[in-house]
Parts: sequence; C-alpha cells; structure tokens
Amino acid sequence: MINLPVLVFYSFASLLVLSSAMVIISRNPVRGALFLVLAFFASSVLWMLLEAEFLALALIFVYVGAVMTLFLFVVMMLDLDLVPSREGFVRYLPFGILVMVLFVAVMIVVVTPEHFKLGSLGAVPAHPEGYSNVKEIGEILYTQYFYPFELASILLLTAIIAAITLTFRGRQHSRSQRIDKQLAANKADRMYLVDPKESQ
Amino acid sequence: MLEQLISLAWIIAKILIIVLPLLGVVAYLTMAERKVIAYMQYRVGVNRVGIRGIGQPIADAMKLIFKEIIIPKASNRYLFILAPILAMTPALVAWSVVPFDDGWVLANVNAGVLFIFAMTSIGIYGIICAGWGSNSKYAFFSAMRVAAQMVSYEIAMGFALVGVLIAAGSMNFTDIVHAQSGSVLHWYWLPLLPLFVVYWVSGLAETNRAPFDVAEGESEIVAGFHVEYSGMTFAMFFLAEYANMILISSLAVLMFLGGWLSPFQGIPLLESTFNWVPGIVWFAAKASLFLYLYLWIRATFPRYRYDQIMRLGWKVLIPVTLVWIFVVALAVQFHLPPWFA
Repeated sequence: MINLPVLVFYSFASLLVLSSAMVIISRNPVRGALFLVLAFFASSVLWMLLEAEFLALALIFVYVGAVMTLFLFVVMMLDLDLVPSREGFVRYLPFGILVMVLFVAVMIVVVTPEHFKLGSLGAVPAHPEGYSNVKEIGEILYTQYFYPFELASILLLTAIIAAITLTFRGRQHSRSQRIDKQLAANKADRMYLVDPKESQ
Repeated sequence: MLEQLISLAWIIAKILIIVLPLLGVVAYLTMAERKVIAYMQYRVGVNRVGIRGIGQPIADAMKLIFKEIIIPKASNRYLFILAPILAMTPALVAWSVVPFDDGWVLANVNAGVLFIFAMTSIGIYGIICAGWGSNSKYAFFSAMRVAAQMVSYEIAMGFALVGVLIAAGSMNFTDIVHAQSGSVLHWYWLPLLPLFVVYWVSGLAETNRAPFDVAEGESEIVAGFHVEYSGMTFAMFFLAEYANMILISSLAVLMFLGGWLSPFQGIPLLESTFNWVPGIVWFAAKASLFLYLYLWIRATFPRYRYDQIMRLGWKVLIPVTLVWIFVVALAVQFHLPPWFA
C-alpha cells in the first residue's frame, strides 16, 4: 500500500536536492537559474504538503513569478565568458577545499538537529475542516510580529530608494517626454495654415 | 486501493470535461477573432472551409499538426522543446479552481485566487525560455520585452485582486461569487469600478494582446518569441495565449460580474421567468462579452509604445489600485450599504 503524501514528499524532496545541486554544478548560468526555479517549485510543493498553502503559493508568485524572472532577465543579458573563470582550477583547489571543510565544519557545529526541534515537533497536527492558513498567518503577523513586520517593510523601502538613487544619473542626458505638455498641446500650437497665393 | 483508483478516474474524467470544451472554445475563438475583426474592417473574413468558414479552425489545426517541426541548429535543444510545454501547462492548470456554476469546480480550494495568480505568473517562463532558447535576436528581444512588461503588470493585477479579496473576505472563488449575490448592482463591478478597469487593462497586458502586444510587434521584431517555432510547437504557444485570454475573461466574470449569477436577480418578474436558465449559461455569456471586448480592442487601438506601456503600468494603474484598496478597506470596515452591510 503506497502512502500518497509520503510518495509526493520523497519525490519532490529528492527533486529539490537534485535541482539545488544542479544550481551549483551547471556551467551555464541560465541553466543554473532555471534549476533554481525548479528548486523553488519543489520546495513549494513540500510546503503545500504541510498545509501551508499561502506560503507555498506566495513562494511561487513572488520568487518564481517575479524575482527569478528578473534574475533570468539579468543573467540572459550578461555575455559570460566561462573559460577564464575555469583557469587556475587546480591551483586554487587546495585553498577551495580548505574553505569548504571550514564551512561544513561550522555548519555541522552550529546547525544541529536540536535547532530545528525535530524531535519535539513530531508529526504535523491535522487541521480541522475550515482551517484557513491565510487567516492564521495574518493574525500572527499583525499582532505578535507586528513590529518586525513593519521594520522589514521599512528596510525594503530603504533598499528600493537606495537602488534608485544608485542608478539615477539625473535628467540632463535623457530626453524624456513630458506627458502633461503632450496632452496640453492643441491644433493651434502645432500647425498653421498658409495660403499659397498670398505668399507668392 | 480500489476507492483511490475510482476517485482518480473521476478526477481525470472531470479534467477531460473541462479541457476538451476549452480547446474547442480556443479553436473557435481564433475564428471569431478573424471574423469580428474582418467585419469591423469591412471585410468578410474566413469563408472558404465549410459553411461560412465554420471548418476553418479544424483545417488550421490539421495544417499545424502535419507541419514539420524545425529545431534551429544553434538553439538550445532542451529549452526549445520545453518552452511551449511551459507556456501551455499553467494556462490549463489554472482552470482547476475556476467554478463554472455553483459547485461545478474541479478543486474547491481556499486559496483559489492565489493559485490562479501563481499559475499565471509561471506562464512567463515559457516565453522567456523560448526567447532565449531560440538563439535568435528577435526572439530574444521579445522575451526581454515580455519579461519586463509582465512583471510590471502583475503588480497592478495583484493589487486589483487584493481589493476583491478585501471586499469578499475570502480567496475562494465560490465564496467570492456568493458574496456578490443580490442584484446586478451588488456585483463588484460597481463598488470596485477602478479595480475592475485596472484588472482588465493589466489582463490585456498579461496576455500580451493588443494594444500591449509588443511581444509580437510584427513591424519591429517579426513575430517575437515564437519566430523560430513551427508546426505543433507554434500551435502550443497559440493555444496557451488563447486559453489565457479565456481564463482572464472568466476571472473578470467571477470577480466583478457575479460569476454564474443571473443578471435578473432581484428583479421581481424577470427573475422567476429566467429561473430555469442554468448558471453556466450566464457564466459563458458574460465570459463571451469579455472575449468580444478583447477582439474589439484589438481592432480599435494602435499598439502602445514601450515606454508608454511602462508608464501606464507603474505610474497610473498601481497608484489607482493602492488608493482604491484603501477606500474598499474603509467601506468594509464601516459596513457601507448595500454591498458590505
């Protein structure tokens, strides 16, 4: 007897691990970005299994629909020449391995199963009918976590303004159209009729 | 085990009941488009195959099926094949949460609106992958245009949907339709009129239809992202575009025109006279109205310039939605009669 949720979990969990690995391994950056999309998709299915449908769908339309689209946009525009980046691979290999070992060691020490409280959580509790994931999140977000939530939004606003100021190079070089002037234009401003007989 | 198999068979049967008529509607929508635009331009339009051209979509489909699929040598093979599938799948999957009548829905999920929004935002990958995978400059330009345009208009559309969610207090389409019952004046087109207009304009932009069809701009980039595609692979993009048009129209009906509800509701004599009409007829009639609007707009307006598209999306539509969401929130909070009492 096959348990359907278990089957879905294992297939999408392995898909998630595989596609995450491919993000790092694949040589073509566009292919890497597309595998990242697949990874987001697989993890959204896992969230769906936990009955967190709001988070799962938000992951898809925020990350897959908007963030990764822009990401792909940038990656596709870059004309990356991959050959120079692969030069000196052997020379830097010992250093790379050292860094990797250090990182993995730190991760093993810091991120232990106790941090996820896997043992104490147990199975996911079954929700009663009519349970709304969206309402629960909304209630927690706007009561208990109200200040962190608002702070995060201010932080994002600051980042938007910073990004705009970094790329804004002033008006003097760009010839942009003034919409109000265009709309205010009328026939008398743009055109005058000449009688050919009089001008002769 | 047997019960599971039977329920699976039921689901597949329901999917077929939705998808097969949908493909039929897509086929005849293409013909309707050619006919409607023809009459608007004082032409006759298709009239060769069958009686008054009625067999034209079938002839077109046969031609596309038997045409050779050419894969350009310089293209990225996998993405080139994958792209039409990526465009087609979300356009069909989204229909799983659309209720055609009271209870006539494949998956009556709570987060239906979110699901639709997620699916329509995935559809863009088909176009981007096609544009990049073709390894052709015209296709690539088109993919870039589409990516920027769809991301911009998704925001306006999302905010328009947020207004509907606030008004209905639910993300389930069946509940949203029930919240509009009463009469024609109870439908959300009236209290959410600015959002309705914004939704429709951004729906045009999301499906890359005229006047926002810069993705295909024949005079500039030949045919855009699908310039390298032929035969069935091209037909897939075509199907996806039309299925998306029907989807956007159906969503407009569900969220702003009361879904399957009768337009004569609340009118003393007419309501009882038209009681026998099944809800799906009203649903189809209202959706056809929007589909006709698509064609009418295409025959009427010239193509927008790209910077004007961006300006309209960011500087006009988004501020309008933000203001009106605020108004709707106040109206709901203070139970403004007759809609939110």
